[in-house]
Amino acid sequence: MSNQNSALAGSQQTGLLSQPGFRYALAILGLVALGSAWVLSIDTRYVYLLVYVWFGVVYGLFLQYGRFCMASAVRDLFAVGVPRMAVGMMIAVALYSLIAAFVTVTGNSTFHPNVLGWHIVIGAAIFGYGIVFTGGCASGSLYKSGEGNVGSMLVVVAISFSQAIFVAASGWFDRLVPSSWVESSIAKDMPEELSVTTGWFDIFTSGHVWDLQGATLADTLGVNNVFVSSFLVNMLLVSLLPVLAVLILLYIVYYRKGHLRRAKIANPTLNDHLKGMWSMFTSSKNTAIAGVFLGIFAGLHMWVTGLLRTHYEIDNFGEMLEAMGHTAGLSMQGTVFDPGYWYITTQEAQWGAWVLEKLNFDMMNNIYFGLENGVPNPLLNAPGFMSIGIILGAAVMALSRREFKWKMPSMEGAVFALVGGTLMGIGARIAMGCNIGAFFATVTNGDPSGWVFLFGMAGGSYLGVKTFNWWINRNVSADDGFDL
Amino acid sequence: MAVKFEQTGPGEYSLNVCGYSCPHPQVYTKKALQKMASGDVLTLIFDNPSSGESIIAMCETEGDDLYEQGSDGGNSVWKIRKS
Repeated sequence: MSNQNSALAGSQQTGLLSQPGFRYALAILGLVALGSAWVLSIDTRYVYLLVYVWFGVVYGLFLQYGRFCMASAVRDLFAVGVPRMAVGMMIAVALYSLIAAFVTVTGNSTFHPNVLGWHIVIGAAIFGYGIVFTGGCASGSLYKSGEGNVGSMLVVVAISFSQAIFVAASGWFDRLVPSSWVESSIAKDMPEELSVTTGWFDIFTSGHVWDLQGATLADTLGVNNVFVSSFLVNMLLVSLLPVLAVLILLYIVYYRKGHLRRAKIANPTLNDHLKGMWSMFTSSKNTAIAGVFLGIFAGLHMWVTGLLRTHYEIDNFGEMLEAMGHTAGLSMQGTVFDPGYWYITTQEAQWGAWVLEKLNFDMMNNIYFGLENGVPNPLLNAPGFMSIGIILGAAVMALSRREFKWKMPSMEGAVFALVGGTLMGIGARIAMGCNIGAFFATVTNGDPSGWVFLFGMAGGSYLGVKTFNWWINRNVSADDGFDL
Repeated sequence: MAVKFEQTGPGEYSLNVCGYSCPHPQVYTKKALQKMASGDVLTLIFDNPSSGESIIAMCETEGDDLYEQGSDGGNSVWKIRKS
């Protein structure tokens, strides 16, 4: 029997290897492994960068496996009444918050809360409006790029350049800021080379955002016991209870009616509703499984990076780059963007800024790059490699599932990608992050500002779906056959 | 590259949304099913994998029967019987 089993396993293996897609997938993984070994042979400290790479690959694998696009979490609710991705997102939030609480208790959390203000709602709404047209959020566009979707690649390009230009540009729009922001900005007495009183985003950052407060709920309440603050306050109150409330709301509004009809239940009991909730969780198994693993790996990512920071006695990758002799592109504080957890948009802004610098634009005379994030060479951009890892991981999964296909966008798709991607970039910068950095990473670490982001993103997506439907209805013509 | 929705026979329709990303395929599928009568069959052709997961959930919610999930040259070819 065992011989038969091994013969069967052998033939299945041969079958898989005979598929070109599976061989390409293995080749990608092999190249990433070889590249990892090569950089480690140069300097073992590159393990810090490789952690971003490999967690990116894992994110890409599961994002593609579960079609885990957070844009559809809100968009598909309004567009087609489907809650599957919103459910998947809530599962991921619950798991991430559990792991994040453990990581915080061990003292290895790398999390920094966002400041809370109206800018989050406004930025998230612009971001949410944009994602309806791009067909994916920031991470979603990366994994779809890995499926061969050229339109999604255009979205990544648009996000990169729109952010870089938005944070560095100055002009007539500088005068649109309130005078109180300018006064507050001047009072910060920042280095002259940053010219913080020119450039809308510089004035907004130094004259408004820096004056706002941000903290985890445990810090706001002054809870000092690390177990109580991590598990009972940050995990339970900021993450799990809101997740439960959202799931119940999703069930009542989007799932209950269909479930009761399918189960032929006229007078439902509480038990019937609980079964319905479970049915909602499991209706899209791939999405639910992806949610579980993405939540766990996102927490582990933060833990591993925290351990490495302790091991190398650094707070930021910039310190390590400087010690290695790579000083180009560091901010004036000697830092680079290095969140220590899943984040998407800022590294893409750095890619855009790096290209613009090569075209002789000064990208360091502003707070965002010059003081905080730097513009490192893409080959030394650790979070940038996480984004590339997501693309490669998704390509591996898509190739092995025979779903990889080069897809050129139509003219309409290309315009949607560029305009929507630009709105996503601008919205992400105003809100200080996208649905990952400003929502997923925050609510799972006790920072309630992420729920404000989700509220704004949902509002923007609602308006985006209204606009999208108007556009589709306008274009539906006899040629398409929709007036049958 | 244009969306193509056509009647292919009595109670049989075809919708081709190849080349389109989210949310086009699921939105057009919903519109197509709204145009059809109960018991009609829709052959849906698309190449955006992410839309598939939403279309499965949409059929489940509406009670439509997604009874065949095939593929042809990198395109998904699905058959849905409207409830």
